[in-house]
Amino acid sequence: MYDKLLIELSRPGHTGFSLPELPEYYGGAESILPSSCLRKSELDLPELSEPEVVRHFIALSVKNHHIDKGIYPLGSCTMKYNPKVNDVIASLPGFSSAHPHSPADCVQGTLELMYDMQNILAAISGMDSITLQPAAGASGEFTALLMMKAYHKKQNRKNIIIPDSAHGTNPASVALAGYNMVKLPSNNKGLIDTEKLASVCDKDTAGFMLTNPNTLGLFENDIEKIATIVHESGGLLYMDGANLNALLGLVRPGDMGFDIVHFNLHKTLSTPHGGGGPGGGALGVKSFLEPFLPIPVVSRKSGKTEKYTYFLDFNRPDSIGKVHGFYGNVAIAIMAYAFIRQLGPEGLKNIAKTAIINANYLKENLKEDYILPYDSPCMHEFVLSGDKQLEHGVKTSAIAKRILDFGIHAPTVYFPLIVHEALMIEPTESESKQSLDYFISVMKQIAREAKENPEIVNSAPTNTPVGKLDEAKASKNLDVCWKSKVYK
Amino acid sequence: MIPEELKYSKEHEWVKIDGDIATVGITDYAQGELGDIVFIELPAVGSKVEFMKPFGTIEAVKAVSDLFSPISGEVTEINTALEDDAGIINSSPYGDGWIIKVKISDPSEINKLLDPDGYKNLIDQD
Repeated sequence: MYDKLLIELSRPGHTGFSLPELPEYYGGAESILPSSCLRKSELDLPELSEPEVVRHFIALSVKNHHIDKGIYPLGSCTMKYNPKVNDVIASLPGFSSAHPHSPADCVQGTLELMYDMQNILAAISGMDSITLQPAAGASGEFTALLMMKAYHKKQNRKNIIIPDSAHGTNPASVALAGYNMVKLPSNNKGLIDTEKLASVCDKDTAGFMLTNPNTLGLFENDIEKIATIVHESGGLLYMDGANLNALLGLVRPGDMGFDIVHFNLHKTLSTPHGGGGPGGGALGVKSFLEPFLPIPVVSRKSGKTEKYTYFLDFNRPDSIGKVHGFYGNVAIAIMAYAFIRQLGPEGLKNIAKTAIINANYLKENLKEDYILPYDSPCMHEFVLSGDKQLEHGVKTSAIAKRILDFGIHAPTVYFPLIVHEALMIEPTESESKQSLDYFISVMKQIAREAKENPEIVNSAPTNTPVGKLDEAKASKNLDVCWKSKVYK
Repeated sequence: MIPEELKYSKEHEWVKIDGDIATVGITDYAQGELGDIVFIELPAVGSKVEFMKPFGTIEAVKAVSDLFSPISGEVTEINTALEDDAGIINSSPYGDGWIIKVKISDPSEINKLLDPDGYKNLIDQD
């Protein structure tokens, strides 16, 4: 397996450029540059030709796993295929060359797209107003909590209720926004216990953050009752839109009674993610929360020559302010817009349906081999438990590593916390029946190995660029950069 | 592995009582469930800890958890060796992997803790 550093490939005299000699009439570098700017030693950089550099990075790139290379069933992350045309459209010079400080009349096209995108997301979610500004999901949550605070104003509502099946970012956002978290245990079906919810909703409740479908991939059937309970206490109902892929075109958060919802443009609407960003965390709200949206809001008025003129509205006295530099990650919104416009309403509906069918197909085919703690029809994902394999001394972490040997990314493991030895699987709509069948055959083989020859699973991976890693060391020794001999 | 001479909390801490000093750590079961432990955040010597309230956090490769104090009192000593290598808790949960020592302020709390059989029942249900 390729394992080289550029510096190890370096050979004296190899070069990827040719610069002219400094003409003699300058009288040498010493005569035109101050001595403090002159190097005293040779530059300690690798010497390589352009093809050598290209081959190096290509060799590195094929060691990586990504959705363009194979299945990526990472539960809760919606690792779907990103159509390349999205990138082409976001790279059009009119978009990609626009400076963020450009005056509004120079970027009418971009503003029009953002305005249309707001309307499209409002239609998809059943909300009245949208901001594209938050950077990603957790940023959307935080923005929503700040808006809740602004809405409740002087009422001293200090609690946010979160179910134990929530995404890990929810409690973190609550803490960052200065609220107390009230944890709500799920019932034995893995759903919200409405009686318990009613018992914790009171005059201190600022809001309830719910992921629907939840992290077990189950749809909260009592959602209308939940909305009533929360609203009667005076609290707001927030939907973590992380799992929106399962709902596209089928159900709208606004119709379910949610007051605020965030979108993960990078997940649901197919822009590249998983490498640390950037993401897009658009937020939708009902009209009574509209005054609190972050500034600026993209708006339009009748134009003199064109039908409309688009502008950035900063004159919003009740706004919570800005939550991101400039207007958010606009290129992500453009890619998501391109994705939506290619598919249209029927296409979006087919996404949700296919994602749901794919997840149920995997679930039904794997529930004999692995424990399925919550056995009911799932939405876009489901959670298995590795407890059956644990009886043979095979932990879920070992199963996850064995999966890598087959050219498949591991599912999310040990989350949600309410399932012991959890394996959270989300195939997305991108996978064909053939690739789902391959995944099933791999999972069945690993279950068999765990029973008959656990050592095979416990010593995995053996078919990857690096084998079993020292995970504790990987978390502690963070500085693994090569250091130049000169710049120490 | 559940030593006979220790008391246990429902949150998987163990306590060794020695006069008015309680030594606290996490159980072998807890370290096994957490997996490779990477970091631990300890309270300051002299700070107060409360019965079944968080006194620190423990970070393993797969999750971060609160540490709950099985007894109220004042922290008299912390295991500083864990700051360099929290993995000691994996290799020696009841020995070198102890976490804090507490001067007990309310000895009656000891009766609220589980005995070895009670703790065994708890983890068998898990």
